[in-house]
Amino acid sequence: MSKVPENAPQHCPGTASENAGKVSACAGCPNQNLCASGAASAPDPAIEIIKNRLANVKHKILIISGKGGVGKSTVTSLLGHALAAKNPDINVGILDADICGPSQPRVLGVRGEQVHNSGSGWSPVYVTDNLSVMSIGFLLGSPDDAVIWRGPKKNGMIKQFLSEVDWGDLDYLLIDTPPGTSDEHLSSVQYLSGAGLAGAVAVTTPQEVALLDVRKQLSFCATAGVPVLGLIENMALYICPNCKSQSEIFPATTGGVAQLSAELGAPVLGSLPLDPAAGARLRHWHHTRAP
Amino acid sequence: MLEDVKQILLVLSGKGGVGKSTVSTQLALTLKVRGYKVGLLDIDLCGPSVPYLLNLESQSVHQGPDGWVPVYLDNEQRLGVMSIGFLLSSRNDAVVWRGPKKTSMIKQFLEDVYWQDLDYLIIDTPPGTSDEHITVMENLRHVPQCSAILVTTPQAVAIEDVRKEITFCKKTGISIFGIIENMSGYVCPECSECTNIFSSGGGKSLSEIARVPFLGSIPIDPRVGMLAGQGKAAVSELPNCTTSKMFDELVRKLSKSPTNGNSETSANEDL
Ligand SMILES: Nc1ncnc2c1ncn2[C@@H]1O[C@H](COP(=O)(O)OP(=O)(O)OP(=O)(O)O)[C@@H](O)[C@H]1O
Ligand SMILES: [Mg+2]
Repeated sequence: MSKVPENAPQHCPGTASENAGKVSACAGCPNQNLCASGAASAPDPAIEIIKNRLANVKHKILIISGKGGVGKSTVTSLLGHALAAKNPDINVGILDADICGPSQPRVLGVRGEQVHNSGSGWSPVYVTDNLSVMSIGFLLGSPDDAVIWRGPKKNGMIKQFLSEVDWGDLDYLLIDTPPGTSDEHLSSVQYLSGAGLAGAVAVTTPQEVALLDVRKQLSFCATAGVPVLGLIENMALYICPNCKSQSEIFPATTGGVAQLSAELGAPVLGSLPLDPAAGARLRHWHHTRAP
Repeated sequence: MLEDVKQILLVLSGKGGVGKSTVSTQLALTLKVRGYKVGLLDIDLCGPSVPYLLNLESQSVHQGPDGWVPVYLDNEQRLGVMSIGFLLSSRNDAVVWRGPKKTSMIKQFLEDVYWQDLDYLIIDTPPGTSDEHITVMENLRHVPQCSAILVTTPQAVAIEDVRKEITFCKKTGISIFGIIENMSGYVCPECSECTNIFSSGGGKSLSEIARVPFLGSIPIDPRVGMLAGQGKAAVSELPNCTTSKMFDELVRKLSKSPTNGNSETSANEDL
């Protein structure tokens, strides 16, 4: 990951580089003295704090997509439920890193819950005994409240989530990220560099507009050194609730996820149909469990 | 250089994947087919879809004496397009930028593209409410001929996000031209049963609650999806489908709204 500041001169060697403050491009840069002193290359102290905070979290997994609306949050919640349901001794946490469009409270059916801040940090909301979730959605007053934040404020929130949530012992922490390759992604990867990320799972739908963005997202993972654990294909087929026949809503004109997996050597972990009946069952299930 | 543009339309949604880019490109194509001169600006820097959707991926923009020259879809130069996709060396390249760098790129897109005289400038935005949106809204809030079209799908999550977007527009003072509900039902090709996959009617009731004009709904239509990557207008290729009718109607509404300010009242009257 590059450590070149936004306002850096054109050939900035990067603040963490051995040459920081010393090459010709640095002449005239307001940060030159700071860089030359070596202070800028010192890692953010939050990385160490987060490492300690997450010491008892075994596997930290990023859920990514590139494109919006491919079902990342739904897949994250289903994955969380599946992992937690397998064994009551397995503890799963979901961190909603989508600061501007948090959907975990809704997809997990825990909208309107409160998070409490105690001496040991923020306690997440428990969906079941062994599935917990933290999201900015719990901190908003009303569903109309828009989180209209620029990057630095979002980064601060992610830093706070990673360093201050008291997850307890977890086997899995699933981090649901927003679409794109920007602040949230850079920050999550950077802040977790001490604690260690197991890797990323990419969710996509089968059509080329979606795959295009996923390829970009995967180039980012490669540069950032985040291993890609696999791909999940969502909304692959539509199952008609009336006649049970299957059709393609988002046709895979360029070979779909299978082709992408072959290109990358990353396995396809699963393929989910677009099943209105399943959506309805999920809604019903949440509805009946709602307090 | 936006003073010479008669009407600017920001296509927003909050939630991703609801069809902003599809609406932006199809609206631009419909306007072109109906004889207007159109610009399409893609400010989705991390996931630009417009070059692919319009089949312009191999093109690049160059710097002319008056600014960046957009990529034209047609020889008559009736539809000009600007996207970061035209500045990348490979379609797989990721633009991994934090906010400030994105902000400065968008400012350049708003200030340095030589569109020439345009009837309409359509702006396709990324999902979310962050740097790109704040920047574009801050730069356009004082442009009287600018308004927003909100795209939503009918399910609750998307509606909730669009409510946030309405709050956003109200806070920044950008007027809302109306709401489009996309993907509001799917007709099974086997049995012709129409299923409201993401439920339906949400867009309309939201428009009533928020007192914002409802511009129409578009069903899920795989034939429309297949137009992606071809740069063809639904109104020419599939003249009888619901989608084409909606876009033609939208163009009619747009042409009736006065181009200098007051678009808020006129759009309301028109509905
Ligand atoms: N009415 C429709 N019928 C069928 N397919 C559609 C329809 N509208 C959109 N699609 C398809 O849905 C997918 C998402 O649409 P699109 O890329 O326009 O969304 P977006 O809001 O721009 O997404 P992002 O938030 O990632 O920018 C595309 O594959 C598109 O072809
Ligand atoms: Mg888009």
